[in-house]
Amino acid sequence: MRDIAVISFAQSPQVRRQPDLNEVEMLMPVVRDALAGAGITKDRVDFVCSASSDYLAGQAFSFVMTLDAVGPWPPISESHVDMDGAWAAYEAWVKMQMGHVDVALVYAYGKSSPGDIRRVLTRQLDPYYLGPLWPDSVSLAALQARCGLDAGSFTKADMAEVAARSRRDAKANAWAQLSGDDDPAELLGRDELVSPLHVHDCPPVTDGAAAVVLAAGDVARELCARPAWIRGIDHRIEPHALGLRDLTRSVSTEQAATAAGVADGPVQLAELHAPFTHQELILRSALGLGDDVVVNPSGGALCANAIMTAGLIRLGEAASRVTAGDADRAVAHATSGPCLQQNLVCVLEGE
Amino acid sequence: MSDVEVMIAPNVIEYPFRRTTGPVIGAFFTALREGFVVGVRGSDGRVIVPPAEYDPVTAEELTEIVEVGDAGEVVSWAWVAESLDGHPFDRPFAFALVKLDGADTPMLHAVDVAAAEQMRTGMRVAARWRPARPGADDEVAEGVRYREGHIADIECFVPEGDR
Repeated sequence: MRDIAVISFAQSPQVRRQPDLNEVEMLMPVVRDALAGAGITKDRVDFVCSASSDYLAGQAFSFVMTLDAVGPWPPISESHVDMDGAWAAYEAWVKMQMGHVDVALVYAYGKSSPGDIRRVLTRQLDPYYLGPLWPDSVSLAALQARCGLDAGSFTKADMAEVAARSRRDAKANAWAQLSGDDDPAELLGRDELVSPLHVHDCPPVTDGAAAVVLAAGDVARELCARPAWIRGIDHRIEPHALGLRDLTRSVSTEQAATAAGVADGPVQLAELHAPFTHQELILRSALGLGDDVVVNPSGGALCANAIMTAGLIRLGEAASRVTAGDADRAVAHATSGPCLQQNLVCVLEGE
Repeated sequence: MSDVEVMIAPNVIEYPFRRTTGPVIGAFFTALREGFVVGVRGSDGRVIVPPAEYDPVTAEELTEIVEVGDAGEVVSWAWVAESLDGHPFDRPFAFALVKLDGADTPMLHAVDVAAAEQMRTGMRVAARWRPARPGADDEVAEGVRYREGHIADIECFVPEGDR
């Protein structure tokens, strides 16, 4: 296996609504910052992989136009996934393992504000049994949360604590959409949105973009004083139908964590893509993280959840903290699909 | 830039595809049209409802269609205080995972009760069926949605005593 590292990370302000900028305009400063962070210009990039959703953009092959943000002339080698950007990073990592790419740029973007994201996400569900009932993302997460509450895996107070901690940590994250000091007891006193979930248990609706630069071996060492080396990366998926899954666990995260080697050493920091409070509690358990692990110092997806982007941001946040020397070994996680259907786990280490 | 007038063009995304449903999903929908529910037997013998074409663990092709009951138990539920466009009801209702009698896996559907206080995990519910399509010589009522081989042939579930 080739040694591959995250050497740079950049993101746009994560905001509720970004009507003044189109996707290209939103991405251009992010791509500029990511390349500047690696100290390179685009001619050093061997491969570009992007992530977005046509269902958000409202037109087919929308990513082709967004390539203007990287300037695809003279012709570049590029690919795209209709998945979170963490999976675009995975594709770039696979391509780099094949040996022909030393530097890859990975970017992701999503503008949820033009539509009703709870309804848009129902279109990813199977069109026979689920789609016609329009079960929105919050309702499905509420079904999962109640399974965990009924099983005694966690309490609503535990969930409110996750929300309050995330918002408190996000005060140190200038890019975050939500932040602040909230009293968990006060949060619990407010009305439920979709019982058993309150608003504080759910992610905000976000427009945003992010990018990372990956580099291999000595190129990474040349461009970055302390690369965040990808020591393990794996993603697994579970059946789509909720009835076929144990919603109190995340089996696919457990499998990906084993394959990525999470338990092979001490973990100091984890950035978990948990759009709902109870999902962080399920993921902590699936990843075997102890109470001493710093979880989501960025505030996580509860404080900014740009669709297709929030998972890549977890990878970038974890990597930049390794690069900064805040952690020697960190875990980044991304999820996709209803109720944590698909999960990606990445182990990052400094040298 | 926020004082600049932004041009907005409405864009409605449609899902205009027609598909054939095949021998497993098709069997489920045909049964619904006739007013009963079927699942499929998985590799380990459990009855999966609604039926899956392939076993979720072994990926084996599944073919043994099994009839189950049209009443069962609520495994989990979410109270939708404010319904969204497309939801089964335009008033408060519950989405629920319902494990039908004879099934080993729960299915997602709506439960029609007036208030969240009437919902609890483990409660018994039964399907409220839409009416069967009248015969060729019978009169068709205006505005009635008949069973047509669709997940909404079950209008919703209701507490078992209320059916």
